[in-house]
Formats: sequence, structure tokens, C-alpha cells
Amino acid sequence: MAEEVHGAEEAGGLVFHPMDQFIVEPLWGDGPVSWFTITNATLWMALAVLATYLLLVFATRHRKVVPTRGQSMAELVYGFVYKMVEDVSGHDGVKYFPYIMTLFLFILMANVLGLIPMSFAPTSHIAVTAVLALAVFLTVTILGFVLNGSKFLGLFWVASAPLALRPILAIIELISYFVRPVSHSIRLGGNIMAGHAVIKVFAGFAAIAAISPLSILAITAIYGLEVLVAVIQAYVFTILTCVYLKDALHPSH
Amino acid sequence: MANEVLEAEEQGIGADLGVEGEAVADGPLTHEVGVDETLHAAEHDAPGMPQLDTAVFPNLIFWLVIALLAIYFLLSRIALPRIGAILAERAGTVTNDLAAAEDLKAKAKDAEAAYEKALADARAEANRIADETRARVQADLDAEMEKADARIAERTAESERAIAEIRDQAADAVREVARDAAREIVAVMGVEADPSAVDAAVNDRV
Repeated sequence: MAEEVHGAEEAGGLVFHPMDQFIVEPLWGDGPVSWFTITNATLWMALAVLATYLLLVFATRHRKVVPTRGQSMAELVYGFVYKMVEDVSGHDGVKYFPYIMTLFLFILMANVLGLIPMSFAPTSHIAVTAVLALAVFLTVTILGFVLNGSKFLGLFWVASAPLALRPILAIIELISYFVRPVSHSIRLGGNIMAGHAVIKVFAGFAAIAAISPLSILAITAIYGLEVLVAVIQAYVFTILTCVYLKDALHPSH
Repeated sequence: MANEVLEAEEQGIGADLGVEGEAVADGPLTHEVGVDETLHAAEHDAPGMPQLDTAVFPNLIFWLVIALLAIYFLLSRIALPRIGAILAERAGTVTNDLAAAEDLKAKAKDAEAAYEKALADARAEANRIADETRARVQADLDAEMEKADARIAERTAESERAIAEIRDQAADAVREVARDAAREIVAVMGVEADPSAVDAAVNDRV
């Protein structure tokens, strides 16, 4: 049925299916997608795991004091995230480093692998980013209460503000706190989805001979931008996680 | 509204397949199939976002959790301890190497000082030996010189004596010749003279 619709549009000239790349479908067969079905999302998440394995485990297998190229990259990523956690969350944040590293590597690998033509970007799905953001939100909130007890509520009570303003600020702080997972997830998912969709739209224009050079140039430029976005969004998600973690560890303003 | 349309469509498909009778007979099952079909249809028909297709959410979430767990175990069991150990080992190696370099530098300085000392000692020893040798040579030389001087003085004295002797002899010879010559001259002149007077006269003159 889908093919029929597509066929009808193709007959009319320009074809735009910028969102088709985000469709989750089974790798084998054409049945319904149940929770355990192996889909294209499964494949590209597995490839993200594989890429993580190659970068951090396979490349460091010789454990050289003078590193090889692969090992230097692994050490670079390790040092980058470790320093970020230490700088942003403080020394007691370092014990959560493996969790933050997991988030960073999954998002980074999924984003970068998603840039391969014909691939699928799991991080373009709000369901995925929402789970990531909610996991961070719940972990940080629970951690905050477990570590600080009711003092964690001090996060919402701006002691440095005038007394009259404090209840109003508390409401604002409370709202902003609960908006965190929303912005956290939509920032990542929206960026990846928008970039991929824009590339597809320009690819649709490439079918017209007169503007195809311009279109291809635009795809190239946006692809470059998307490479940046893929890395920067992974970085942003991670550093925000560190910031939230810092709030849980040290809730005072 | 969309549901109604899709249900109608589903019924249409059902009719085409000739299973309508069964569907009517088995209410709940039909309903389930209907929902599934609706979502499946929505996935392809919707011009909107596949991201909002809630039917695939369980799938995405399930595999996401699996992927995250896989990465977490890879990292926490293998990668992070390994890289941490490598970095610690490198830091240790660098520290050790620096300490060793410091050690070697100190040793080199010691060795240089020892060398300088040995050199100074050797130079002093050489000077001492040279001085000693020079003194000895000087002493030998002085002794030899003295000996030579003595020998020279002896020879000179001897020579002087010989010369004096020769001079005396020469003077005697001259006196004799003069005496003889004077006697002969006196004899030739025909004067009888006392030889002793002639001799005295000659001795006075010579």
C-alpha cells in the first residue's frame, strides 16, 4: 500500500520523503514490530556498541605505554570525558564516570554512524532520547534525595535572594527542574532528526537537473554541519548530565 | 475519526480476504488485529513523523536498554579499568624515568667531580715528579759541573806550570845564547875579556 502511494507521487515529479528514513522496520520480513523484533534500530544500536568496542577495547588490546593511533584515540576520549566529569561534577562525581561515559559513547556512536548514507540514527527518535533523558533525570533526582535527604530541596530555595522573592523563585526553579528531561531529550532528538530531514529534502531537489549542483553543494555543506552537530550534541548531552549530577551532589546554590 | 476511517478500511480488507465472518464471530481477536493493522498503516501512511509512532516505542526502548547495558559492561568491566591502568602506568613510567634521569644526572655530576679530582691529583703528581726529577738532574748536573770545573782547574794549573817551565827554559836558553853570542862577539873583537864579566854583563841586560 505504501509503495502505491509513493508510486503515485513519483509520477507527479518531485518526491519528498524526508521522514521515511526514521521509520522503524523489521530487518527480516514485514511483520509487525513487537518489542523484541530485530529492526533497523536494533542493527544500528548494535553497530554503535560494536564501534564502542572497537574504539575502547580492541584498540587498547596491546596496553602500550607508548600508544598506537587507535589507543591514543581511546585515551583521548577517556581523558576528555573524565576531565569533563571531574571539572563539572567535582571529585565525588568521578565515581559516576562509567555511566556518563556510557551515555556519551552511545550517543556519539549512534550520531556519527547515523550520518552514513542509508543508515538509521537511533538518536533521532524521541523514544530513545526520552529514555536517556529520563534515566538521567530519575537517577539524579533519586541520588539527590539519597545523598542529601531533604537538603536536596535547597536546590529550589534560593537562599541568596530576598525572602519575598524566594517562593516565586522556588516555583520557577521547580518548573525548570521538571522541564530538564524534556529539553534534554528534545534537544538531542530534534537536532539529529532535523539535520537528517534537511539533507533528505535537499536530496529530493537533486532530482531536478537545473538545481541539482546547488542541491548537492548544499547537501555537502549541511553534511559537514551535521558532523559537527553529531559530536556537539553528544558533548552537550553529556555535559548537561554532569551539570545535573553536580546539582544532585551539591544542591546548594 | 482517523480510527473510524482505518477501521472501515480494515473491514474492507477483511471483506476482500473473505474473513469478515470470522472477524465478527471472534470479537476481541479482531480488535487486536485491527489495532495492529491501524498502527502499521499509520506508520506508512502518515506524512508526519515516524518518531510519534508509539507502536515501535517498546522495540526502541528494549533495544536501547540492551545497547546501553552492553556498552556499560564493556566499559566498566574492560575498557575503563584498562585505559585507567595504561594511563596510570604511563604516569608512573614518566615519574620513574624522571627520577632515574635525576639520579643519573647526579651520578654524572659525581663522576665529573671524581674525574676532575683525579685529574688534579694526577697533575699535582706529575708536577711533583717533574720537580723531583728536575732537582735530581740539577744535582747530578751540579756534581758533574763541579767535577768538570775541578778537572779544568787542574788541567789549567798543569798547563800554567808547563808554560812557566817552558818560559823559564826559553829564558835560560836566551841567556845562554846571548852569553855565547856575547863571548863570541867579544872574542871576535879581539878583546880578551873575562868570561865571568861577560856573563854578568849579559845577565844584567837580559
